Amino acid sequence: MPGRLASTALAVVFLTMVVPADAATIEITMENLVISPAEISAKVGDTIQWVNKDVFAHTATARNGDFDVTLPPNKSAASVLKKAGTVEYYCRYHPNMKAMLKVEP
Amino acid sequence: MFIRSSAAIAAAVLLSSPVLPQGARAADKLTDPQIAHIAYTAGVIDINAAKQAMKKAKNKDVKAFAEDMVRDHEAVNKQALALVKKLNVTPEDNDTSKALSKQASEKLAELDKLSGAAFDKAYVANEVAYHKTVNGALETQLIPSASNAELKNLLQTGLKIFQGHEQHAEHVAAELK
Repeated sequence: MPGRLASTALAVVFLTMVVPADAATIEITMENLVISPAEISAKVGDTIQWVNKDVFAHTATARNGDFDVTLPPNKSAASVLKKAGTVEYYCRYHPNMKAMLKVEP
Repeated sequence: MFIRSSAAIAAAVLLSSPVLPQGARAADKLTDPQIAHIAYTAGVIDINAAKQAMKKAKNKDVKAFAEDMVRDHEAVNKQALALVKKLNVTPEDNDTSKALSKQASEKLAELDKLSGAAFDKAYVANEVAYHKTVNGALETQLIPSASNAELKNLLQTGLKIFQGHEQHAEHVAAELK
């Protein structure tokens, strides 16, 4: 019981530290080898929730090296945007899957 | 050179095969059980080529590419099997499947004689050529001929996967040069 309290307290501390009040979570889906939305704007501090609805593994790989997320079949992953800029990204396994993410400061 | 000619052979196989005539008459149209068999066979061929590459390849990108091929094509073929079961369709062997398999086993034997960087290069070049050929067949013959909507859908997903592999193979080939 004290353990649970402590971890809750810890979680609260972390959440208030890491997530600014106005940070949003944006969902980007990969389904049937299509990334949608193909173009989206976000802000530094926002979280991208990558959702892979395919039975194939995909990646979200930034051409400028800002991020490289691997998504096993039917799995999701989250990443927090740290840098502003317009990032083109693609799937390393299926480079015909391409999209754009505009990160505003 | 042998790489280019193997692509030409594969293309010729698909185009000249009696079940895939250019400007086919309605009577010559591929049936869904035949289409399912061809698509499944095309996947198996690429899995076998990849398994050979996983054993023989030296370059880590080539090895990784081969692993990607096994994973994706097994996933597509698993879906294909589930679909034919659901539709109660028995895939039907046909001249195109036979020609593809024959050509593929010749290619496996040819690649088996190579090793090291020569194998890596020849495998990846053949992957580019093979995916190009299969994409052409999917776009011009298999997808337009498919009657069942779910089969057509799966073939369309397969086309996108294969197009992705073609580009991926082109990237790997460019890195090897």
